[in-house]
Amino acid sequence: MKKTDFVVRFAGEGGQGFLTAATGFARANAQAGYHAQTFATFPSQIKGGPTFMQARISTEQMLSRGDALDVLVVFNDDAYEEHKGDVKPDGLIVYDSDKLQVADDARGLGIPFDKLAKSTGNSRAANMVMMGALAGLVGVPQAILEEFVRKRWGNVARYGEDIIPQNIHAMTLGRESAAESGFSLGELAEPNVPDYEQIFLNGNQAISLGAAHAGVNFFAGYPISPATTILLWMEANLVGEGQFAYQVSSEIEAINSLIGASYGGAKAMTSTAGPGLSLMSEGLGLAWMAEIPLVVVDVQRGGPATGLPTKTEQSDLLSAMTPSHGDISVPVIAPGTVEECFYGAVAAVNWAERYQGPVILLSEHALSEREQNIRKPDLDSVKVENRLVYTGDSGYRRYEGGELSAMPIPGNPGNYVANASEHDPLGDTTHLGSRHVEMTNRRFSKLNLLLDGTYESDNTDARIAMMPWGGSKGPSFEAYQKLVAAGMDIAWYYTMYLNPLPPKLLEELKEKDLVLVPELNYLGQLSFLLRAEGVKAESITQYTGLPLGISDVVERVTKRVAGPKQEGITV
Amino acid sequence: MTEKNPEYDFKWCPGCGDFGVRRALERAIERRIIDTEEPVESNVVVAGIGCSGNMVHLLEGPQPYGVHGLHGRTLPIAMGVKMGRPDLNVVVVAGDGDFLSIGMEHIGPQAQRNLNVCVVVMDNAVYGLTKGQSSPTSELGMVTSSTPYGKAEDGLNALRLYLTLGVSFVASAMSSKINDLADMICQGMDHPGFSIVHVQSPCTEYNDTYEDLKGSKRKGIEPKAWAIEEGHDPADMAAAQEILDKGGVPLGIIYQDEGRAPFEERIRELHGRAKPKTVPVMVDSFTL
Repeated sequence: MKKTDFVVRFAGEGGQGFLTAATGFARANAQAGYHAQTFATFPSQIKGGPTFMQARISTEQMLSRGDALDVLVVFNDDAYEEHKGDVKPDGLIVYDSDKLQVADDARGLGIPFDKLAKSTGNSRAANMVMMGALAGLVGVPQAILEEFVRKRWGNVARYGEDIIPQNIHAMTLGRESAAESGFSLGELAEPNVPDYEQIFLNGNQAISLGAAHAGVNFFAGYPISPATTILLWMEANLVGEGQFAYQVSSEIEAINSLIGASYGGAKAMTSTAGPGLSLMSEGLGLAWMAEIPLVVVDVQRGGPATGLPTKTEQSDLLSAMTPSHGDISVPVIAPGTVEECFYGAVAAVNWAERYQGPVILLSEHALSEREQNIRKPDLDSVKVENRLVYTGDSGYRRYEGGELSAMPIPGNPGNYVANASEHDPLGDTTHLGSRHVEMTNRRFSKLNLLLDGTYESDNTDARIAMMPWGGSKGPSFEAYQKLVAAGMDIAWYYTMYLNPLPPKLLEELKEKDLVLVPELNYLGQLSFLLRAEGVKAESITQYTGLPLGISDVVERVTKRVAGPKQEGITV
Repeated sequence: MTEKNPEYDFKWCPGCGDFGVRRALERAIERRIIDTEEPVESNVVVAGIGCSGNMVHLLEGPQPYGVHGLHGRTLPIAMGVKMGRPDLNVVVVAGDGDFLSIGMEHIGPQAQRNLNVCVVVMDNAVYGLTKGQSSPTSELGMVTSSTPYGKAEDGLNALRLYLTLGVSFVASAMSSKINDLADMICQGMDHPGFSIVHVQSPCTEYNDTYEDLKGSKRKGIEPKAWAIEEGHDPADMAAAQEILDKGGVPLGIIYQDEGRAPFEERIRELHGRAKPKTVPVMVDSFTL
């Protein structure tokens, strides 16, 4: 039987060139009609340090980076020691024989990447040798790689004439080395070529596109891993009349400039990570208080404080919902896939405009770096909303009444004060308890405009359910499929609309005997919130800086369903 | 209690310098409406927190738009308004605590960008609203509620700070000289770039400096405030520095550089080098 799914991982020192091999390998296969997904993790330094990047290729759509490895490519002894345990028993380990020897491993195959690259006349083609060798081992046809090379370096004026034949030569040398070794993992099944157009991008790029489609025309941000690439994309693309994107001096400057811009009528967004979210705390309170629409993208990383800047975690959920002191409940949308990053960004801007307040789009490091092919969005069918604008000509009271009201735009009639202090209908400061009650109720009542969040569910008759959030969706769903296949009666729920939760979803969850929440934090933040809502929820936690593993989730759900609650917190 | 909103009950103390600043600001806005023939709604006043921040609620006459934002964050909010809407006239009102203590980090970046807003700083060298603590401009040794044995820090020379940071329009005024102050605010609003009008606006409750500023022949007190001579060329940085070297409180426009492009023009010019893309084109840039 031909293979339908495999995972390859490159591991070594940052700067060894294998990142381009992994992403190139994924893109080449995606171009051929397969589904591809990458995953990368590295230390917080400019060059070097233990780094790995992997690509998963499948004939079917997939949600996660996969589990055990079919092929591991290593570039130093440390990487070999660190990752060899993740290789399937019948998998292979390719090592750079210029740099190390793995003599005692029967699965080991040495290839001198650099030497072979130099022999093509292009010493920078080592990553092409790697791609060729890999393709040979897992049965990816040579034509797929050649097509990728022709597309990638097709601009002769820019890259010259030599590079395409050199790269193809390098790939061939890699493939031949693999063939000579006698190792093979068999052939890859033909792809189920999608009948729709596709794009290939990572989560941060998908968020950026979603924001642009939703009409964001003011962006201010401060560099911070792993959110920086959103700022860079915005600065490159939000140009021209009525567009502004700029790197400002701090997250405090960013959030407050968003408030000013949105007050003036712009659709405003910033992107940050945990430390920046902390600095934006007071500003988010002002946006809630003065009813100013804006979106903060928080690409989560390990925390608290500086934490793990380049590792993944889902530990900002509680901060995102109540980022500020005082009575506040900020709407939160947490995409779980690259595709959802696009639609989640559009939804976040729409929500902000609709209820006139701040919204947090909660992404995470693993999504920010994950590249994959997704269906190209049909922009015409993705609805964009705009705030209700005051169009009268005098005597308007901006904050009158217990519900949402139209927002005046400076330059037009309807002057008012957007006030950080508690205020009366004109926006002037008040100390009256009755006004505070009225305005607090008004602010919370607007959340009722956001009850249109959708959710996924499956096998809903089961008494026990699984409901992960964010990027834990992928490994959890694959675990769910395995559990069901093994005969477990378990339900599946998932939504990216975490605050407010879709009311019907909450109702269903309350009916369950147990809701297991796989999530990447120590506290079990989503299950904590669900318990507060009356759901019998428990978390399956992990806080290693890496995404959940599919088999781990299978094992832990099985244990929990079979036996009583485990005391203490397990990693 | 104001005429326009009986519910609003904040009051400045009798004799507060901020009354004079309010009158001057009202005049400057009225003059601008006439000069530009734009509606009052094209003006946005951004305030911080402190006695000065209540300016947005207490303004009489034609009513501009207002933001009464966070303590120290007037400039970032003003930047958002101005860069999102370059057509609007943006005025910042802030106190010395708001602008020079918690908010000081924001002055430098806006000076480098030459953000096209006019800032009116009301300096009373004390935190009035929280009942009399020391501020950056309180002098060394000054006894306040938070410096019971005297202030250990030197008083900040705000005007020198503005020049050092590269603010392109720096003026110094006194709240009781309303006509002069209104003129300076008008010139600050007209200045194509970042302008600061730093106003001595005494707090009669916690730091009454009227006598120090104006002097008293009877008590033999020399006035701290002095008018900058008519021949001063504000474009001359060396002359501006000499004015500050003389000490006291100079009154008038100290420095003005009209040759630096304001932020919105810089962005417009830089963006002119890029080709704006439609969203479908942006999406297609990720085609497999």
